[in-house]
Amino acid sequence: MLRLKNVRKVFQAGTVNEKVALAAINLEIPAGDFVTIIGSNGAGKSTLLNVIAGVYPVDAGRIYLDDQDVTGWAEHVRARLMGRVFQDPLLGTAASMTIEENLAMALRRGEKRRLRKGITAAERALFRERLAELGLGLENRLNDRVRLLSGGQRQALTLLMATLKKPQLLLLDEHTAALDPKTGEKVLDLTIRLVEEHRLTTLMVTHNLHQALRAGNRTLMMDEGQIILDVRDAERQRTTVHDLLALFEKRGVYSDKLLLANAP
Amino acid sequence: MLAFVGFLVSPLEQGLIYGMMALGVYLSFRVLNYADLTVDGSLPLGAAITASMIVAGHDPWLATLLAVLGGAVAGTATGLLHTQLRITPLLSGILTMTALYSINLRVMGRSNIPLLRADTIFNQAAALGLGERGASLILAAGTAALLIFLLYLFLETELGLAVRATGDNEQMIKSLGVNTDTTKVLGLALSNALVALSGSYVAQYQHFADVGMGIGTIIAGLASVIIGEVLFGSSSVWRALVAVVGGSFFYRLVIALVLWMGLQPTDLKLMTALLVVLALASPQLKQRLRLGASGS
Repeated sequence: MLRLKNVRKVFQAGTVNEKVALAAINLEIPAGDFVTIIGSNGAGKSTLLNVIAGVYPVDAGRIYLDDQDVTGWAEHVRARLMGRVFQDPLLGTAASMTIEENLAMALRRGEKRRLRKGITAAERALFRERLAELGLGLENRLNDRVRLLSGGQRQALTLLMATLKKPQLLLLDEHTAALDPKTGEKVLDLTIRLVEEHRLTTLMVTHNLHQALRAGNRTLMMDEGQIILDVRDAERQRTTVHDLLALFEKRGVYSDKLLLANAP
Repeated sequence: MLAFVGFLVSPLEQGLIYGMMALGVYLSFRVLNYADLTVDGSLPLGAAITASMIVAGHDPWLATLLAVLGGAVAGTATGLLHTQLRITPLLSGILTMTALYSINLRVMGRSNIPLLRADTIFNQAAALGLGERGASLILAAGTAALLIFLLYLFLETELGLAVRATGDNEQMIKSLGVNTDTTKVLGLALSNALVALSGSYVAQYQHFADVGMGIGTIIAGLASVIIGEVLFGSSSVWRALVAVVGGSFFYRLVIALVLWMGLQPTDLKLMTALLVVLALASPQLKQRLRLGASGS
């Protein structure tokens, strides 16, 4: 379970460019929840994920994961508990290294790296099996450098890497946004499958309102560093893209990116 | 024919000995993606430690080992300047290099130590019945081969993979729970340990240590790495490592050739710089030539 208590984050505090990215966020996400997060540009969605991942420290408040206070933990220490996929497909993998080397590093997420063999034969078999489940033919390309893969393939691989060692929390930061629509849908299908299969507690930021309502069991809407909507289960099922757009309009939020992503 | 073979021996020995330095530069420049200028100071540091210990009557192997440790400390210093004080990679290397100039003078007590008739690892190997020429070649080749092998093994370990990923995609390996400050310091320590080992061998091979012998080390290292990549490729870690030492041999061969053709030794650094510029620019030049040829 993830719990945020009065989490606040301000960028460039004390200057004319001061920006309250997160204003006293209180949030409880029980284990097994798959939460989608929407909001206009600058609403604080990515900041929320980055603060949870420990990319930057909070200005106030506490963050708990499974009743451990992780607020003071460095990014690489929190990685023990979290799997992450970024928007840019280039960010999640090491391009000059092979598929199996990338997977081997992901399998040891959060563990101390020693002078042991980097990949064992048993692990190779596991990689082949898990890659085959992606249905992209990557199981026969273990020794190919990741540089040779397409954006969609790389994002699928990153997703596999983030879940290879079961994380307490999976953080997806607009991980389909940089892909073409068809590939994006495929990667989302894969996401839904992996999350269900491993019963992962998941936070997914997206600009795509269809995707936000299609995936997961709960949706948050953010605006100006606050959570302005939190619907789950039955109530979420009744919510439509139209309702969400109406809510955006009511808040006076106007975003080109949002409108483009959700054009009828 | 025999004369030609004779002509090859010296560049081969030098290529192998300086190849250890090039392996160090490969580790920082290519693996860690860190342009580390410490090497201009850690090569003479290795030579200085070795020479002053040998002159003081210590065992040359012990002197070599201490040189390696000294190099590792120098690399660690650069790594800490960068990771703890957030000084840029380039500047942190320059700072350590500059500091090492004074330190090397302190270690040696003067600017030059001759090792004529001193007990070196090469003399000891020759005494085993290998003959003087054979001893240098076998010792240099054996050490270079051993280092390539060990480095290959290391780069395939869990830790080695983490170091490689640090140079490739720092964000990614951080999100997989690796402290990249640690992997950077480790990589730089290893890199400069190799460079200092090379410096130690150079001093014993040429029978002197000089405080100025490190000038241009980084350029010679880069030249070797790049020439190796162009000539032998870098399709696997294994191949890349062999290519670095191969490139180092080729680089020394070119130097021997131009000296034989009558170039002044003082012009060597200029020639090396031009060689590196040419190698670095070759992808660009190729592209432009192709564009020109297609008539656009």
